[in-house]
Amino acid sequence: MTDNKLTLVGLGKSYGRVPAVEDVSLSLRSGEFVSLLGPSGCGKTTTLRMLAGFMKPTAGRIEVNGVTISSPTNVVPPERRGMSMIFQSYAIWPNMTVGQNVAFGLKLRKISSADVTERVNRILDTVQLRHLKDRYPAELSGGQQQRVALARAIVIEPEVLLLDEPLSNLDANLREEMRSEIRRLHDAFKITTVYVTHDQSEAMVTSDRIVVMNRGRIEQVDDPVSLYRRPKTRFVAGFIGRTNLLDGKRDGNRIVFPGFDVPAANAPAGDMPGASFSVRPQTIVLHAAPPADRGRTWWVAGKIEERAYLGEYWEYVVRPAGSDLRIRVSTPPNDMHEVTEDVWMEIDPARIAPIPGPNVAPEGEVQ
Amino acid sequence: MSVTLPKIRRSSLPFDPLIILWVMLAAALVILVVNPLFRLVQTSLQDTDTGAYTLVNYVTAFSKPRYITAMLNSLRLGAGVTVLCLLFAVPIAWAVSRTDMPGKGLIRFLVLGAFVTPPYLGAIGWILLAGPNSGWLNRVWMSLTGAQEGLFNIYSFEGLTFNIAIYSFPYLFIFTTAALDLVSSEMEDAANILGAGILRTTLRVTLPMALPAILGGAVVTFLEAIALFGSPALIAIPARFNVVTTQLLQFFSQPIRAEVAAAYAVPLLLITVVMFGLQRQLVRRRGFVALTGKGGERRIMEIGPWRWVMFGYAMFILTLSVLLPYIVLGQAALSKAWGRGFSLDNMTLHNFTYLLFEHDTAAKSVVNSFTYAAAAASIAIVLGLSIAYIASRRLLPFAGILSFLCMAPFVVPGIVLAIAFYAAYAPPPFALYGTATILILAFATRFLPIGFANADAAIRAINPEMEEAVRILGGGRLHAIRKVIAPLMKRNLIGAWLLVFIPATRELSTAMFLYGPKTRTMSVMLMDMSEEGNFESLAALGFLLLAATLIIVGFATALLGRDFMLRRGK
Repeated sequence: MTDNKLTLVGLGKSYGRVPAVEDVSLSLRSGEFVSLLGPSGCGKTTTLRMLAGFMKPTAGRIEVNGVTISSPTNVVPPERRGMSMIFQSYAIWPNMTVGQNVAFGLKLRKISSADVTERVNRILDTVQLRHLKDRYPAELSGGQQQRVALARAIVIEPEVLLLDEPLSNLDANLREEMRSEIRRLHDAFKITTVYVTHDQSEAMVTSDRIVVMNRGRIEQVDDPVSLYRRPKTRFVAGFIGRTNLLDGKRDGNRIVFPGFDVPAANAPAGDMPGASFSVRPQTIVLHAAPPADRGRTWWVAGKIEERAYLGEYWEYVVRPAGSDLRIRVSTPPNDMHEVTEDVWMEIDPARIAPIPGPNVAPEGEVQ
Repeated sequence: MSVTLPKIRRSSLPFDPLIILWVMLAAALVILVVNPLFRLVQTSLQDTDTGAYTLVNYVTAFSKPRYITAMLNSLRLGAGVTVLCLLFAVPIAWAVSRTDMPGKGLIRFLVLGAFVTPPYLGAIGWILLAGPNSGWLNRVWMSLTGAQEGLFNIYSFEGLTFNIAIYSFPYLFIFTTAALDLVSSEMEDAANILGAGILRTTLRVTLPMALPAILGGAVVTFLEAIALFGSPALIAIPARFNVVTTQLLQFFSQPIRAEVAAAYAVPLLLITVVMFGLQRQLVRRRGFVALTGKGGERRIMEIGPWRWVMFGYAMFILTLSVLLPYIVLGQAALSKAWGRGFSLDNMTLHNFTYLLFEHDTAAKSVVNSFTYAAAAASIAIVLGLSIAYIASRRLLPFAGILSFLCMAPFVVPGIVLAIAFYAAYAPPPFALYGTATILILAFATRFLPIGFANADAAIRAINPEMEEAVRILGGGRLHAIRKVIAPLMKRNLIGAWLLVFIPATRELSTAMFLYGPKTRTMSVMLMDMSEEGNFESLAALGFLLLAATLIIVGFATALLGRDFMLRRGK
């Protein structure tokens, strides 16, 4: 407990009887970078605004260094939390120059003006904006404004840095550049960071751990690799990357799907009648003929039903022989098969991820 | 995303100091809005001697046929003005907004000229132009044709209708151009590609899309026309017919029968409330433009030779509205006697020096008008801004009620407001009748909706994240307001202040019923001079008012950018 920087205990927020956030518990180590990821309306922004002190929780509490800063009865106002935040709109003050924007938080901290200048210059060097110090924000591009927002938030060396969908107003190329920049700055300053996004690749690139949220609740907290390889709920499996969600049955050491079955290499211990299994489209390899050497893998015969060419890969829909399932398969661009052609799907049983969570319909997926 | 946001409170204190602010704002609104309107209705229902509740005032107010006739006259007047305004405003607005008509800058400038001309000054201009026989147009007509009688008579119902219309149409013009400016050219292209020509496209696509805005503007025009006091007082009274507002003036001449005036005013208030409700429905329910709104490229239509026809039409209307009246007013202001015509030996600057240095009260009235307007504008903006801020940031409960009260005076005709203030604050213990205080408070109330709507727009233009960024970096709310909100809103607030100040400098209908011997405003002064038939001094005073306005508008335009007055307020 003691080395946790930021702790959320049973945090909840409801409007009247409508819950926006329910029972969110989470601990961040000092210097950790954690993303809150989920579709819009999942409660991630509400959680962030409670962290910042702009909203009062209706249940639970928030602690920083073991001290409660938010609870239904008491909220330390934002200005006394020692945090900083990057907003979706950047909120760069247009009436101040870049330098004045960045110096703002330092001046509130009664730091000598020589020191302020020095620290402003140093952070502007870090984000490569020193030459624009005396410009006004209206003269800057979107990416530059984003860097000012970063510099302004980081320069005060906050206890916790909060980011609210900071890249959603940038175009795709800039977004990729900036998400690496955010991670680079984090590695340089080691500030405990909470990052809200609905973009899974942003979360994957930047985060130590990702909190997937849906309908106000936490679905899963894990590092990016585990989250992708071993989703614990259907929602997570569907939301992080694309997947085939197959309903199957564990029968001895095999998993039986409607029409075919595979060896259960990776399935959890214990009986799981009527569970779901996630098979990523790119973990399946297509062959025009039955592969000779089975090795550790397994294969299922089927027929190509649809195909689409997306440049970087082919996307096929394959129907296994004797089954009504439609399985999506991604293959490299030169791996071509015609529609109605017979194919053999090579599946590595180790990459079939059983989903231990309650077997409910994936309602959240389409939000 | 969320339904309602919670209020932010500093819960460490036993009670929130902002509550004090809330109470102060609520008290101000009670003084300015709630109490006067309550007293208006109460007075109308009370017997003056006993204070008992009775309907006798209503019986008195509606017993005589001529009182009823005045009501009907007002409705006819409103309808006539509205129809004329539609004929003037819509074609000009369409041409300015959608076509390649030449001289758009000039047209817009002249429309602005008509907009800033106080209707009573326009009425005086038209008395000089179309007074029977002596009016300039009639003199020209008689000398051209040798006729014994003039052609025009401004002292008639038709004259009054026309005169009000040429000064009311800019409002409808603003509504219409604002709506047309939002119609994307792609909407018209879609009609063109299916085979519709320019005329059909305009009539079937463009104008129907703007129709809710046009109808909304028409309702407002109607209500403004029936609430107008100055022009009817100048034209209808000599023409020996009454409308509601002149009838109210008569209830207010000695002996003052405020209770009958109140009873007579209540139906006018009800009509206005109902019609504004109707207007909101119109604009809201059929908000095509709002739905398809922004986006889409806009190109202007090429209408060939018709562009000159449209230009001619616009110039014709604006000549009647602006150019001709100002020429004759200018002549009168610089003449020893206006009837002697345009000649050098008739020219003098004496009217101005007389007003400023010799006349008993004229110079004082100029000072009064501008100080009252400045005070009223400041009150309206401070009040409107405070309420808009706590409403938009959801700082305190029931801010919605405060916002509603801020907008409520919008539906109260100036003359009704004056009677309400008289009912509330003329009797003891306040005994404010004739004081500067009551005039300032009444002006502030009258223009509070403009102040509030503009302050609200200014606040909404600032992303709340601007303020949150200050707070998360360690600055308190006041620090955020001082360092970020205030500097960002400065320009918009100056604009909002001017939009209250300018109409307040020429406000007549409220002043007319509340002024005292020492608190005459320029507008009241002008009415007095017209009664004396002193058109030379009157015109000179009118020019002083306009010159001051022009200087202010020019200053504001330089500061805030062109068009700040022609933008639609809400």
